[in-house]
Amino acid sequence: MAMLENPLLLAMLIPLIGGALILVTGKHANLREAVTLVTASTLFWNVFGIYQSWQAGQALELKLLETVAGIPIAFKVEPLGMLFALVASFLWIVTSLYAIGYMRGHHEQHQTRFYFFFAIAIASVMGLTFSANLLTLFIFYEVLTLSTFPLVTHAGTDAARQGGRTYLGILLGTSIAFFLLALIATWAVSGSLEFTRGGILPDDLPAPAVALLYALFLFGVGKAALMPFHRWLPAAMVAPTPVSALLHAVAVVKAGVFTVLKVTVYIFGIETLQQGQASEWMLYVAGATVLLASLIAMTKDNLKARLAYSTVSQLGYIVMGAALAHQLGIIGGAMHIATHAFGKITLFFAAGAIMVASHKTEISQMRGLGRVMPITFAAMLIGCISIIGLPPMGGTWSKWFLVMATVETEQWVMLAILLISSLLNIAYLLPIPIRAFYSTDPDRIKGEAVAIKEAPLFCLIAMMISASGCLLLFIYPQPLYELVSALFPG
Amino acid sequence: MINHYPALQIVLPLICAPLCVLLRRTQLTWLLAFTVTVISLGIAITLYGQVVQQGEISYAMGGWAPPIGIEYRVDRFNGLMLILISAIAAIVLPFARTSVAKEVDQQRQPLFWAAWLLCFTGLLGIVITGDAFNVFVFLEISSLSTYALIACSRDRRALTSAYQYLIMGTIGASFILIGIGLLYMLTGTLNMADLAARLPEVTQTRTLKTAFVFIVVGCSLKLALFPLHLWMPNAYAYAPSAVTAFIAATATKVAIYVMLRFFFTIFGADFSFGTMPLGEVLMVLSVIAMFSGSLVAIYEQNIKRMLAYSSVAQIGYITLGISLATTTGLAAGMLHLFNHAMIKAALFMALGAVVYRLGSCRLERMAGLAKQMPWTMAAFVAGGLSLIGVPLTAGFVSKWYLVTAAFDAGWTIIPVAILLSSLLAVVYVWKVVEVVYMRPAMVDATPVQEAPISLLIPLWIMVAANFFFGIQGNLLWQTVLQAARQLAGEI
Repeated sequence: MAMLENPLLLAMLIPLIGGALILVTGKHANLREAVTLVTASTLFWNVFGIYQSWQAGQALELKLLETVAGIPIAFKVEPLGMLFALVASFLWIVTSLYAIGYMRGHHEQHQTRFYFFFAIAIASVMGLTFSANLLTLFIFYEVLTLSTFPLVTHAGTDAARQGGRTYLGILLGTSIAFFLLALIATWAVSGSLEFTRGGILPDDLPAPAVALLYALFLFGVGKAALMPFHRWLPAAMVAPTPVSALLHAVAVVKAGVFTVLKVTVYIFGIETLQQGQASEWMLYVAGATVLLASLIAMTKDNLKARLAYSTVSQLGYIVMGAALAHQLGIIGGAMHIATHAFGKITLFFAAGAIMVASHKTEISQMRGLGRVMPITFAAMLIGCISIIGLPPMGGTWSKWFLVMATVETEQWVMLAILLISSLLNIAYLLPIPIRAFYSTDPDRIKGEAVAIKEAPLFCLIAMMISASGCLLLFIYPQPLYELVSALFPG
Repeated sequence: MINHYPALQIVLPLICAPLCVLLRRTQLTWLLAFTVTVISLGIAITLYGQVVQQGEISYAMGGWAPPIGIEYRVDRFNGLMLILISAIAAIVLPFARTSVAKEVDQQRQPLFWAAWLLCFTGLLGIVITGDAFNVFVFLEISSLSTYALIACSRDRRALTSAYQYLIMGTIGASFILIGIGLLYMLTGTLNMADLAARLPEVTQTRTLKTAFVFIVVGCSLKLALFPLHLWMPNAYAYAPSAVTAFIAATATKVAIYVMLRFFFTIFGADFSFGTMPLGEVLMVLSVIAMFSGSLVAIYEQNIKRMLAYSSVAQIGYITLGISLATTTGLAAGMLHLFNHAMIKAALFMALGAVVYRLGSCRLERMAGLAKQMPWTMAAFVAGGLSLIGVPLTAGFVSKWYLVTAAFDAGWTIIPVAILLSSLLAVVYVWKVVEVVYMRPAMVDATPVQEAPISLLIPLWIMVAANFFFGIQGNLLWQTVLQAARQLAGEI
């Protein structure tokens, strides 16, 4: 019984129990949504409790059974996971609010199934964030892929089937062919998979082998969407918008870069990576991903597709931060998990709100829409500024640290890429809200405009919360910074 | 009484088989078969418990002391095999009752259960005996009854596939017999332990090498090692579903057992892997099997055939583990032997439920089936995940140890091959999932109901076993590791 009181176990159990209750209450929509909201709030409260006891210096741990010899399924609190858990569980509340407005406004089918798998996905994210070794992380990584598959293919159309095929093919494929291989190879050479500060690889491992292993990990974690394994993310955009918002801007993609950061810090250790310059190659892959994805984003007229490629590019930042193998890069990358999460979720919320209110999905149709949907587009503007990395939004800080890391490691090419990419961000993001506010709808001129109202209330509340989050992260980044810099004591 | 358990293990089902014919009442014969299977399972578990506590059991049949008389010998490995065979039979039998009633003619059913018990006896006999010639006898008992079981199906194509299997199976058995004959010629004994003691004196003779090759080829035919697997897809596809579930989980596994017994106990690892290039040959064939079997499975439209080709690939994993010629490799192969038995039993039972309602398991007929048979299809997906090797399923645990064993044996290309080929499993499993979950049902298809509960319960027990041994993976691993050590002679 004592185990049941362990907050780490509760973090996984709460969404699971919530999922079960959602199935039970499925027939009564209001009750079901209440269950979702209560579950999400309870989860955040629990995670926040873990955060507080961690700050108080209490080391929470949890060991379950051993599935394979010598490696238990175990959980432990450390800064990166703490950060990710806080972000994901908080944004689940916001997304649940949003989903109520969206799913009803959009008259989606099978809503019970939707909320159920959503809860399962969150449970696996919780398991992933607190995992104490690579095998535990891998298990939840796979469960996350499988539990989000029904969400991606929710619509059940041919397009959804096609998207789902790409989604599953790339995520499951890379994880089995590369990630699992790298994982077992690590186990074979070091006899451990425990996340340990400074890394676990033996010192006598030759540099090319380290480089190869690192590449296997980074490509194997398909959720980090490193090119050329990024195609699943745009493909996943066939999902309902709340899924794209929480899972494909926050939970799933961040699970990817989170794994990359974890592996960099706790399996390789940044010293090991620095010595053999083992991560040099991957740095260029990340840089190329950042640039190319930004360029592709510019060509997309579909708002969700543009946002998806923007996410691919932004994930490249975090991988770059890891591959720089420098303290500042890790800090910047980790902070970017939080700041990008708030910015991008706001943008997706806005995209979904526009779709619900006006049935418009293409950017070129959105001229003048800002005047009828001012709150939505104001939130979008805030999100855009945060993603670009301009003050007064949270994105500024993470980009600052990333830039500093390139300077410290004298990676001038990477510095240039970061700066160029910021310019590209401005070019493909800012025009959307600006045109919505300042140009006029061509239909309106012709007098053919249909009356469009602001998005449903629940959607607006959600957007306002996440947009204020962007602002708050700029004004008050101290807790975030302190949390992340605890990775490197002294 | 307990001293005679090894004999009872065989004798009980053997005498019940003719009783089935005499009883002539379908329900009664089934009940008899089920009762004796459960008793067999109890005996098998007791025997294994004895082996763990007191070491190997040797039983002289009829009181004739070995090596003159026939000896039954139980060690950890075949103790586990006895449990596997009887446990699978005990779970499949309740399923078979409903399924067979649909797929086999009423007047043939008592005979069907008689053949089933004979097949069961044969498989147990192959495993328990410590006498090389006795292996051949039981092999024939199980094979002949399997041909009959396949031919029982209402589908007339079952006749030709049973015939095809008969030809190939007989060739295989003859090869094994020739091998055993040559061994007898060399040593004048048929007792396995005695053979093992006498063979080292004659390792350099050409006769011994010839005998070895005959036995390897014979066993490979029986276990459907690439390229000797061609009998299998048709036999699996057209046999009654319950038979497929049973023999897919046991018959090929028993053939692997025979092979291992000959390699390690009789010839000895030094001869098999040192003097003879068994490791190299087996490894190449296994890797080809892994890829070719899966590739064919991807393009197969009959799902039973698809799973049969998948078995060709999965058997490749098992023999790959053996070909590494290390204890961990051997144990990993054994582990997959058990896990694959559970995986395939679950999948073929799920298909059996589909056939029960649809009368077919062609992919296009299964479109949109998940809405009509949600529990059956969920079980299929769960089994499929285990086949792919997703974490928390039995399939993952075997893949894990197989890859680790390959790394430990100093290979780097083999782990890559294992993981790449399991990607192909993703493709063919997901092909089915997409059709049943996302494609709308055909316009002219008559809607069907969920399978009856008597099919679903055994099916889900098997699925649960997959998850249990996936989560508690260490449990089975430690057990097979000790069995492998005992077999390879490290204890």
